Amino acid sequence: MAKARTFLWRGGVGAVFTVVLLPMLAVMYLSFFDQEVVSFPPDGYTLRWYVNAWEQREFSRGFVNSLQLAVVATVIGVTLGTAAAYALVRARLPARGFVNTLLMGPLAVPGVVLGTALYVMFVQIDDAIDFQIVATLPGLIAAHVLLTVPWTVRLVAASLAGLHPAAEEAAADLGARPWTVFRRVTLPMMRSGVVAGALFSFIQSFENLELTLLLVGPGRSTLPVAMLNYLEFRVDPTLAAVATVQIVMIGALMLITDRFVNLSRVVS
Amino acid sequence: MTNLVIDGLRRTYGATVAVDRVDLEVAQGELVALLGPSGCGKTTTLRMVAGFVQPTAGRVLIGGTDVTQAPPYGRDTAMVFQGYALFPHMTVAENVGFGLEMRKIARPERETRITEALRLVRLDGYAERRISQLSGGQQQRVALARALVVNPGVFLLDEPLSNLDARLRAEVRVEIRALQQRLGLTTLFVTHDQEEALTMADRLVVMDRGRVRQIGSPEELYERPADIFVASFLGRCNILSGVLEAPGSFRAGGLLLPSAGERPRGPAALAVRPERIDIRPDGGCLPGRLTMVTYLGGMTEFHLETPAGPVLVTKPTPAQGDPLRALVAGDTVHLDWHNSFGRLLGIEPEGDLP
Ligand SMILES: Nc1ncnc2c1ncn2[C@@H]1O[C@H](COP(=O)(O)OP(=O)(O)OP(=O)(O)O)[C@@H](O)[C@H]1O
Ligand SMILES: [Mg+2]
Repeated sequence: MAKARTFLWRGGVGAVFTVVLLPMLAVMYLSFFDQEVVSFPPDGYTLRWYVNAWEQREFSRGFVNSLQLAVVATVIGVTLGTAAAYALVRARLPARGFVNTLLMGPLAVPGVVLGTALYVMFVQIDDAIDFQIVATLPGLIAAHVLLTVPWTVRLVAASLAGLHPAAEEAAADLGARPWTVFRRVTLPMMRSGVVAGALFSFIQSFENLELTLLLVGPGRSTLPVAMLNYLEFRVDPTLAAVATVQIVMIGALMLITDRFVNLSRVVS
Repeated sequence: MTNLVIDGLRRTYGATVAVDRVDLEVAQGELVALLGPSGCGKTTTLRMVAGFVQPTAGRVLIGGTDVTQAPPYGRDTAMVFQGYALFPHMTVAENVGFGLEMRKIARPERETRITEALRLVRLDGYAERRISQLSGGQQQRVALARALVVNPGVFLLDEPLSNLDARLRAEVRVEIRALQQRLGLTTLFVTHDQEEALTMADRLVVMDRGRVRQIGSPEELYERPADIFVASFLGRCNILSGVLEAPGSFRAGGLLLPSAGERPRGPAALAVRPERIDIRPDGGCLPGRLTMVTYLGGMTEFHLETPAGPVLVTKPTPAQGDPLRALVAGDTVHLDWHNSFGRLLGIEPEGDLP
């Protein structure tokens, strides 16, 4: 009986994993097909799509652009988001629920809507005070910070909520000033939340298409935008190759992060 | 010389009065225990001394300096928290050294003092352990060492033993007291365990709903409680209510009972400790019928029903052959006690009793 239940449980978990992972595995598999128009079974296997991706200048430039953008947006978003989460959990803010909802907002609004709204707003600002934000890097970074803040706030607040303030009080009692308490006690204790926030922020920003598409400047395409552009002219497994590289990269990033903090503990 | 003076301290939370005009002085090297039922304001008082809670009124003076407005890091106090509040991301040595680091003490001296403090709490050899690798009792000692190592002007402890099992609690109790005396620390100790308070403190403060009921040595409070609340909170006590008809004649259940102390005539209560009552076959002041005899090893408890109400008597367990040994529920006996053991106290409203 117990055995049957264990079997069912494992089977269920396995099924869920398969459903989640299957598309990813399929993409990885496709990237090795030796034909332009994908069909099954494949004619043979090749690495030429990887070579082709490597030779596309748009992809390498896009990759560098995406990387820069994601790093900057993550640094800014994690700093702001951590501060906001700390205030939300520890300070008795009067409009706490409202502020929290506001900070989570960008997660609830579809990316295209958010992007359009930002585009319109940037144009209005340009009209009003003659200050160009549309199609500039700072404008794009600001938009991506909107993506990184909610993730950080959510993850840091979750890790902070489980911490009893007594350790911080103990530090203050032993002579630590507020900033020292934060740096030496609070921050290390919510480290896993901050690291997880940074990881998710980075991924969100790196792979974002909708916002970027509407706000990006000419010649500054990010990798997702470059991929979309490529798709307009050719449909071959090159994109699958690029996606595979991304999947492997992000997977590696997660594994490395997991070595330092227990991600599953923070995220669940 | 660092003494602690609490002067008219009061704290309200909305309509709740958590602490109400508490006055107290803790002399240099003295250990004072705050004792009282749950919610009586012990923790709030302690936290006002440490600086975590701002008083609504009153002052806190440490070594003669008014620190009422000073932040926690500006006060010469060190506190041992109820759940220890250790820093989980630091080693034992880093935990203990934190206060020294904040006081900008150079590394070589810091290391010597950490080693010394860990030896003091018998944790030498544990310096590099993580907090999660320690047992509850060991964590408790790290918390002690972390507070002691800074040699605080005022040492504060909030129920530091409540997470330990009974055996360890008795052990650590003695250790804390010995350390405190050796180092001559001015100490304020919160507990709701009366045995802990009686065995550790130089003086006790019994609190009730934010107010101080009585301050005194353990002996004073036990032998000469100021009111029924203190009498029944500290140790066990028989409270017999009756009327004081004339000085020296207290009547309860129709009988005159031995009593001492001055009180105005009228309704009064008589407090008699269970160990002060003698049981005789006849000739005592108060007849009673045994309802239960409880053998506790060293001690035996006799529960009786008397005209003045239920009475508890405790005696060292009588030897074989002692007539007391043969007593069983249902037997009728007589009780008696010396005048001086019957303490007259005022009657209090029902709800005021612990
Ligand atoms: N932050 C707070 N907000 C509102 N009321 C509070 C707060 N802190 C304490 N109180 C109230 O003040 C009273 C005293 O609380 P306190 O924690 O000092 O009690 P205590 O004597 O330490 O009790 P215990 O033995 O249960 O720890 C209680 O009625 C409590 O509900
Ligand atoms: Mg308390």
